[in-house]
Amino acid sequence: MREIYLDNSATTRVCPQAAQKAVELMTECYGNPSSLHTLGFRAEQELLSARKAVAGALSALPEEITFTSGGTEANNLAIFGAVYARRHRNHRIVTTMIEHPSVLQVMAQLEKEGWQVVYLKPDSLGRISPQQVEEAITPDTALVSMMAVNNEVGSILPIEAAARVIRRQKSQTLLHVDAVQAFGKLPLRPGKTGIDLMTISAHKIHGPKGAGALYIRKGVHIPARTLGGGQERNLRSGTEALPAWCAFGAAVKALPPVQQEQEEIKKLWQRCREGIAAIPDAVIQSPEDGLAYILNFSCGGVKAETMLHFLEERGIYVSSGSACAKGHASHVLEAMELPRMQALSSIRVSFSRENTMEDAEALVQAVREGMETLVRARA
Amino acid sequence: MQETILIKLGELVLKGLNRKNFESVLLKNIRRRLSGLGEFEVKSAQSTIYVIPKNEDADLDAAEEKIGKIFGIVAYSRACVAEKELSAIQKAAAEYLREELLDASTFKVETKRSDKKFAYNSPEISNEVGGYLLEQYPHLSVNVHEPDLIVRVEVRDFGAYVHGNPRPGAGGIPVGTGGKAAILISGGIDSPVAAWSIAKRGVELTGIHFASPPYTSQRAEEKVVRLLEKVSEYSGRMEMITVPFTRIQEEILAKCPEELFTIIMRRFMMRAAERIARRNHCEALITGESLGQVASQTMQAIACTDAVANMPVFRPLIGTDKAEIVATSYKIGTYDISIEPYEDCCTVFTPKHPRTRPIPHLVEAAESALDVEGLLADCLQNLRYTKIGWYRKEE
Repeated sequence: MREIYLDNSATTRVCPQAAQKAVELMTECYGNPSSLHTLGFRAEQELLSARKAVAGALSALPEEITFTSGGTEANNLAIFGAVYARRHRNHRIVTTMIEHPSVLQVMAQLEKEGWQVVYLKPDSLGRISPQQVEEAITPDTALVSMMAVNNEVGSILPIEAAARVIRRQKSQTLLHVDAVQAFGKLPLRPGKTGIDLMTISAHKIHGPKGAGALYIRKGVHIPARTLGGGQERNLRSGTEALPAWCAFGAAVKALPPVQQEQEEIKKLWQRCREGIAAIPDAVIQSPEDGLAYILNFSCGGVKAETMLHFLEERGIYVSSGSACAKGHASHVLEAMELPRMQALSSIRVSFSRENTMEDAEALVQAVREGMETLVRARA
Repeated sequence: MQETILIKLGELVLKGLNRKNFESVLLKNIRRRLSGLGEFEVKSAQSTIYVIPKNEDADLDAAEEKIGKIFGIVAYSRACVAEKELSAIQKAAAEYLREELLDASTFKVETKRSDKKFAYNSPEISNEVGGYLLEQYPHLSVNVHEPDLIVRVEVRDFGAYVHGNPRPGAGGIPVGTGGKAAILISGGIDSPVAAWSIAKRGVELTGIHFASPPYTSQRAEEKVVRLLEKVSEYSGRMEMITVPFTRIQEEILAKCPEELFTIIMRRFMMRAAERIARRNHCEALITGESLGQVASQTMQAIACTDAVANMPVFRPLIGTDKAEIVATSYKIGTYDISIEPYEDCCTVFTPKHPRTRPIPHLVEAAESALDVEGLLADCLQNLRYTKIGWYRKEE
């Protein structure tokens, strides 16, 4: 049976260039970049090359890139760092209800520590409007933390609007963007846009798990959370995870031009969108103007997990918007205030450059078949 | 210093003429359970089983842990083997039980002498050893009624043994002496406890698990495997048989009244289980039901399900409370696995208001809409077998 992987927002298959680079760094170029001998030097050069690749993809400087173990660590470093840097000025943070748990859990912790956190509420398609952002960001806001693209429904958040407000207010507000789902899929130029901190991750772009990075705009100073040998410009001590980070660099180098890939994938996305919308009782829950890599839909009362396993039996791998056992939907779908049954039968498919039109057709066909045959939950 | 494990047999000693048989099964179980831990000599003499490491590589700590979970053992202790000489026994006691003696403030010495040729009798040995220990550990005092520590000296035909307080064993009778039965196992808290309880009475197990993909997940089935692996630490190796059940559930849902769904499904489970059990030489079915816990566990519902099982159905938990079941599942290590949330989506099938007192002839009438034999034959053709704790050797 052909494997049709449509869960690329969860993680992607590592591309050959990245896998090969990781092996090379583990078996040949295995020195510690801190070592003075030639093996150490070569490792350091490899790391620099990876850093340049990642920086290049963001039109940033190499020294603006701090490697981490992934998106979660980068989000923690960014938010805790930013509020620490602003702690003497003010205690207001603006974020949204649909952020990743690695942002929301940090916010919950900060609230316990006395910070005032404003959560922007999305509409029923997971969108946050520029107006909402403009109204929420006051000159005394310490930090704005917002994702570029929502991971569950694909809505694109108004980060330019946030940057514009901060720029006009000429305030000390720091802007952090969790761009894990946008990196490699939307053109990102944090320096030009006016973003101070930006999180990206390797394994969503065919790089390895365990690698990510935080862009920190030159001139922005945040304190470290891990102390030790002073690696990563003292922001993240610990011997550099060279195989993962250099493979990250290789994966970035292997990325096709953003525009070109986007157009190809949009065709698949559009086909699935139309095909599924035509199935009786199916509801599309992703906005038309969202990132055309993520499509969220509801299967009209067939529990998400049942549909997921049904598709899996046909070689199609997707993600569910809720865990069946717990009987409640994800925080994103809850924030969107979808009817309960609709939320509990939510499926997310997410594409990558490895998908084809046949994959899209197979998905539409299988979802239709599932909705016709599977037992539905009683309303 | 050479060490050994001494095992005391429980009810087995009372088994009269069958005792030899029970003992030989137990010896076999012990040997099998210790395989992979190094070379041991396992022998029985004078109503004690000796587990003697044959060389340095034998892992006595691991062996002790395994022995603690073998049914048929009432208590066991780790003992030091001493020369059959009074001074050697005294020294062995003082050295081997050093930590325990330092922790205790009162003690006494108990001696058993089965080698009647030994120069001292039991009270004399106790006196001599006790006196020596008092000299060596001046903080101790003797208390013959409620001592913190009982130093036990056994003078046997082939050596003298010194050990402290014995540890309680798993009790019960050796698995394999009570026949073989099939346990209907879900991912919940009750059925693993039922499996453990019945294995404790010497019954060898086969697991039967009903899976309904895509309404149930691979992880839910893997959870059952892990539960049975825990049970098999006590019950010994077993086989798990997975029964594909989706089609039967879908058919019942489509053709029978909603409120009878659960009872009819249980009857199908019983029918399938009985046939699988016979094929696998099992003589009874085991379930984790406890009276009144849920709608399908009322007396009337149980009668209605048992009507289609043509073999004994044992329900070891029938009279226990949830709290007691939970306590046992903690003890045997299945609780943390049972509460993992890979619950299935089978809830889409369960009726809102199931019939708690099903009337047999109405249930039968409802079933007549179904091709019972055909459905059963279909699912029995696609059984899957998983070996649990089978030849589990250390890697």
